[in-house]
Order: sequence, then structure tokens, then C-alpha cells
Amino acid sequence: MSADSTGSAFTALTVGDVVAERTVHLTRESLVRYAGASGDFNPIHYRDDVAAAVGLPGVLSHGMLTMGLAVGTIEPWLGDSGRILDYGVRFTKPVVVDPETGADVTVVAKVGAVDEESARIDLTVSFDGTTVLVKAQVRVRTT
Amino acid sequence: MPVNPELVGRDFPPTTSYLVGREKVREFARAVFADDPQHTDPAAAQALGYADVVAPPTFAIVVTDATLQQLLAEPDSGIVLQNVLHAEQKFRYSRPIVAGDELTAKLSVTGIRAMGAAAMVTSESEITDAAGEHVVTTTSILLVGEGEA
Repeated sequence: MSADSTGSAFTALTVGDVVAERTVHLTRESLVRYAGASGDFNPIHYRDDVAAAVGLPGVLSHGMLTMGLAVGTIEPWLGDSGRILDYGVRFTKPVVVDPETGADVTVVAKVGAVDEESARIDLTVSFDGTTVLVKAQVRVRTT
Repeated sequence: MPVNPELVGRDFPPTTSYLVGREKVREFARAVFADDPQHTDPAAAQALGYADVVAPPTFAIVVTDATLQQLLAEPDSGIVLQNVLHAEQKFRYSRPIVAGDELTAKLSVTGIRAMGAAAMVTSESEITDAAGEHVVTTTSILLVGEGEA
């Protein structure tokens, strides 16, 4: 929001730099928690019978949960989420959350492009060896 | 009934205002694994210059739920929730959402593209604060299949 000392950390960014990464373990409890917090009570996110009836391989994570945890990965690096100018993703593959073993979602955040005022951070978000979000890009203010 | 192409350009009224609560922000932050203190600790948020805890970036989708309900409630929309898949999502921010904000969303359907029996529906919600200032615009692309309610 205001000018601050963290600004200098963004002047030396190079395309390809990994700025943050983490793995988040999702369980069925995570999905119920997100349903309650977001108000998205689509039963494909907590009922195996409904997921099966509509032809899904299992109960899925909410796409918006995956999108949310992905951008949360860069916030400790970014310092102030007010630096985020825009953020977009395409949802391509489902994250199936096993009732017993859950699902591990891995996020790697790399510098994709830099200009004088901003940087594009590309998020690679994968589950079970497959990329689940495509063109997951956050544009951040670097000045 | 297929998605009604006349939804494009239809005028939807602004939603009733959404008052962002501190505990709601904390609850949402916990749900999306947003563990940075700016989302939960008012002092950490104030140190960054905000009045109260800062909502995680995707919290805007919660505020736009009312606009999705407006779309689903149109009797001639041809859109049934169980046939909807979220294909793309984008947010464009003027500033983050902060606890205490009183926000209103204005829906517009900007594009409908037929894909066989299904359709790609692009909708935008412009979220403004109590002063009428722009906070964030959300753009959702929904893949809507055809089917009975």
C-alpha cells in the first residue's frame, strides 16, 4: 500500500527465479472447511455418491480452493497482498481428494516476466504428477 | 433449454451490500491456507497501512456469489447449477478487500459462445466500496452444459 523497505527485494528479479514453493495437504475436512467459509456447497466436493452419479472419479477439491491456496504460496515473499494487480487461472484437471489419504497439491512460483513496474509470477500447481491449473499467473507491482 | 444468448448486455441491479467481517476474513484465510499474518492479525495488517485484516485475494469470489445467484435466478437463462463447470477465473484489483469494507457487486454477462450443446459463458462482476470506488473486478468463465433442472 505505502512505500516500504520491501520494495528493494523486487528490483533484482530474473525470469526463471523460484520465489516461493510449498506443498499443501488437503483432506476431506479441508473441503468441508472451504465449503463453509466460501458458501460453495456443491455436493461434488463432499459426497462420494453425488460425485460418482455425475461421472467424476471422486470427490474433488473446489477449483477456487486450489486457486486460493496457490496464490497464498507467494504472500510471505510478497509481504503485502496489495501488490497483487491481477490473478487468473484456467481450471484444467480435477484434484481428487481421497477420503483416507487426502491429496497433496504442490505449488512452485517462478518469475515469468518482468517490466519496469511489475512482474508476472507463474504458478505451477500440480497434483499426482499432473498440472491442475493452466496459465496460473499473478501480476505483482514491484515499485 | 440452451443458454440464452440474450443474457449478454442485460442490466442486472447491484447486489445488496456485503459487510466484510474480521472473523469471516480469518475463517476464509484458514480455509485457503493463507497463513500470512496480514489476513488474521489486525496489527500486522495495520503495519502495512490497512485499517483491519486483509482478505486473501480470492475472497472476492465470496462477494460475487450474489451475482451468480442473480444469473441462476433469471427464469430464461437456461443455466442450471449442476451443469456448470468453472473453466477460468480472473481477478483485477485496485486494492485488496479489508475487514470493514461494505461492498456491492454489479453483474454483466459479456460473452456467450456455443460449443456444441454446451456454452462458454463469460460474466464480470465489478465490486465497489461504500464510496463507490472500484475495488476488484472478477471475471468468470463457466462451461454450461445442457440438461434438465
